[in-house]
Amino acid sequence: MQTSPSSMINQHTLEDEPDSKDLFVTVDDPENHITAIETFVTYRIATKTTRSEFDSCEYEVRRRYQDFLWLKGKLEEAHSTLIVPPLPEKFVMRGMVDRFNEDFVETRRKALHKFLNRIADHPTLSFNEDFKIFLTVQAWELAAHKKLGPGFISKMGETVRAVASTVKSIKNRPDEFTAMSDYADIFRQKMGTLDKISQRILKELKEHLSEMKEYSPIYTLWSGSEQELAEPLKGVASSIENCCKATEGLTMGLAENLLPALHEYVLCAETLKSVLKRRDLIQADYDSRVDALANKKADREMLEHSDLSFTFGAFLGKSTEEVKQQKQQKIDREIDELQVDIGRLEDEVECANSNLKADWQRWSINMRSDLQSAFHDAAENNVHYFERCLATWESFLASQQTEIDTDKNGKDNA
Amino acid sequence: MAGRVEVGEDEVASQPGLETEPKSESGHNISGNKSTIMEGESCLLKKMEINVSEAEKRTGKNAVNMQEIYTVYLIETRQVDSPNEDENSVPDTLWRRYSEFELLRSYLVVTYPFIVVPPLPEKRAEFVWHKLSADNMDPDFVERRRIGLENFLLRVASHSALSRDPIIYLFLTQENGWKEAANESGFQAKADSRLKALNATFRVKNPDKRFMELKHYGDELQSVISHLLRVRARVADRLYGVYKVHGNYGRVFSEWSAIEKEMGDGLQSAGHHMDVYAASIDDILEEEEHYADQLKEYLFFAEALRSVCRKHELQQYDLEMAALDLTSKKQQREELATGTVRTFSLKGMTSKLFGQETPEQREAKLKMLEEQITDGEELLKAKNLECEDFVKVAWADIERFKEQKNNDLKEALISYAVMQISMCKKGIQVWTNAKECFSKM
Repeated sequence: MQTSPSSMINQHTLEDEPDSKDLFVTVDDPENHITAIETFVTYRIATKTTRSEFDSCEYEVRRRYQDFLWLKGKLEEAHSTLIVPPLPEKFVMRGMVDRFNEDFVETRRKALHKFLNRIADHPTLSFNEDFKIFLTVQAWELAAHKKLGPGFISKMGETVRAVASTVKSIKNRPDEFTAMSDYADIFRQKMGTLDKISQRILKELKEHLSEMKEYSPIYTLWSGSEQELAEPLKGVASSIENCCKATEGLTMGLAENLLPALHEYVLCAETLKSVLKRRDLIQADYDSRVDALANKKADREMLEHSDLSFTFGAFLGKSTEEVKQQKQQKIDREIDELQVDIGRLEDEVECANSNLKADWQRWSINMRSDLQSAFHDAAENNVHYFERCLATWESFLASQQTEIDTDKNGKDNA
Repeated sequence: MAGRVEVGEDEVASQPGLETEPKSESGHNISGNKSTIMEGESCLLKKMEINVSEAEKRTGKNAVNMQEIYTVYLIETRQVDSPNEDENSVPDTLWRRYSEFELLRSYLVVTYPFIVVPPLPEKRAEFVWHKLSADNMDPDFVERRRIGLENFLLRVASHSALSRDPIIYLFLTQENGWKEAANESGFQAKADSRLKALNATFRVKNPDKRFMELKHYGDELQSVISHLLRVRARVADRLYGVYKVHGNYGRVFSEWSAIEKEMGDGLQSAGHHMDVYAASIDDILEEEEHYADQLKEYLFFAEALRSVCRKHELQQYDLEMAALDLTSKKQQREELATGTVRTFSLKGMTSKLFGQETPEQREAKLKMLEEQITDGEELLKAKNLECEDFVKVAWADIERFKEQKNNDLKEALISYAVMQISMCKKGIQVWTNAKECFSKM
């Protein structure tokens, strides 16, 4: 089902300012793209906007999954402590499903649509430059732009720092972030389990449905050898068939609403953890500088009272006073540098913490709203399912009741 | 002397389409939770209340002197028109085990081959879905067997022909001695051999069309009900899975609610409803077993139906054989009398080779044949009558059975619908409650 940007103008999403939404994005029209080297799927990204940052009000581009991965990476880089929405997983060869399978592509398309919309609704992320480029430039331009980004080396640097600072970051972490980390752990566990439970229910429902489809024809078959019983038997067969249809509706609802919603939050849970880690890294950086400053200051203290007669400078023939002065100057310079760095990093930590906390709040509100409505709708689906089944059995019963009444009348009049 | 050929084609088979008046039964339904039992005009049930009220385990030694555990069932009887008929009158009781019921039924089937004898509940648990054990000692199985045995006795006791048999009365009221009485009737000897019955099925030439149709119907009924029961068991198994997995939601919601401030309460109460939902399937499926039992009864009734048809085939075959025998004897007489050999026979060959017999020998043979033919004609008449009687009485009982079957199965289907409706209503309630909890989150 294609939802155009214009149709979305009337949609009410649960973001901060629904009335002032000025950026609408849709993902649709998956197509197989075949080149000499490889085959992949591209999706149409349609954008409608009134924002002044955009040169035009409408854009249409085609993107593949790799491009989405790139965008996510850029967003995480630029806003390391904001919660970037999750992407659907990379393709994993699972049995007979191939990556061009219709269901797989459709599920992915829906998830990609959600991904872009969550970014578009985010007060900070939606103004990211790379996001704008993603939405507006043609494929070849994007390829060129991608090559300009910080490359391999900076990613390496991040990993090294990460390893070095893990121990420190746990020591100095403020309590509130520890609490958030604990929350993220448990949330990830629970979401994973809920996802598994829901998938299991879908599987059991489908198997129940396939058995029921075998069940009703037997009643019809039986009615063929009966006279008086033919009619009630056919009635039972038809009621069971109606229940089959109702079950199909139920499974569809589950597969299209609850399951994708839960799955998205399973992926989100991972994002929470990595966002907290990145914040920890920033803090660790700052902390290590602070420690370095303290060490340097201590060194300077020591210098005042130290005997420099055995230093290299003294060996060269310099007076101890000269050596002392040289060292003092060096340390002072280093102290100054460190203090500048620390000033900068302090701001960074402040920013990171407040961004994270604000976005965490925002994310929490959205999570509650999303999951509440997903479960609520699933419950309503179940109510509808049982209502449909009830109606068909009650009408069967009513038909048998009138049979009994006409029989009675017949016998009385006979 | 031209032999009067008294045997003709039309005398061999009993007339199909014989007008028979079905015995009308008073369609009197017993109230309560027993299935629609129609009481015969003068049946035992009118004079006596019968219950199979309890089951107990006993230990004893079996036929090969090994210890075994078996179940016995308590049969309670109470006279209806007794002078002190009050609610507190103590019933007469005795204990019987399943194998005794089996013996009783065998006796009835042999003694009344023209009656569709009510079946016993199954010997072993069949068509089970995973939760029920296929073990005969399982309490649920024993309970359902108790109900089935009571149903069997009620059906027998409400049948006007069957219930008049004194053996039934002995079975219900006398702990010892009924077996001896039954055995004295010599029913075990009267039982038709399986092989003989099979032979008759293939060789009978002119069976009553109605019985053939009935046998075909019995086959179809048996096949369709067993298929139905098998698939129903699979559907039940899957439904059980769906409901039970929902129980996991309860646990996880509860764990999740511990870390959520705003959603905590809503999740907890929603989880509780999921637990209720998951637990509800046990009762639902237990009730559905009653429906399965009602179907099973008619699965076994189909066998009883086919048994009556087989008896007819056997009788018809015997009749045809007797007629054939008579015909051949008459032919032999003719040949002997006229001296012509119409058909090839060993006699003819040997007489050609070794010369014909003496007139004295021929005279003696003729006399013997005449006697045999007279006997044969008597036998044929008797068998003809036997067949006609059988068809008349059997068909009457079959009509009674048909009406009973239609009523019982219709009621079973209706009660199945009622069960489904109750299940749907429970589902609506649980999920509406859960929906409420979610919306308050």
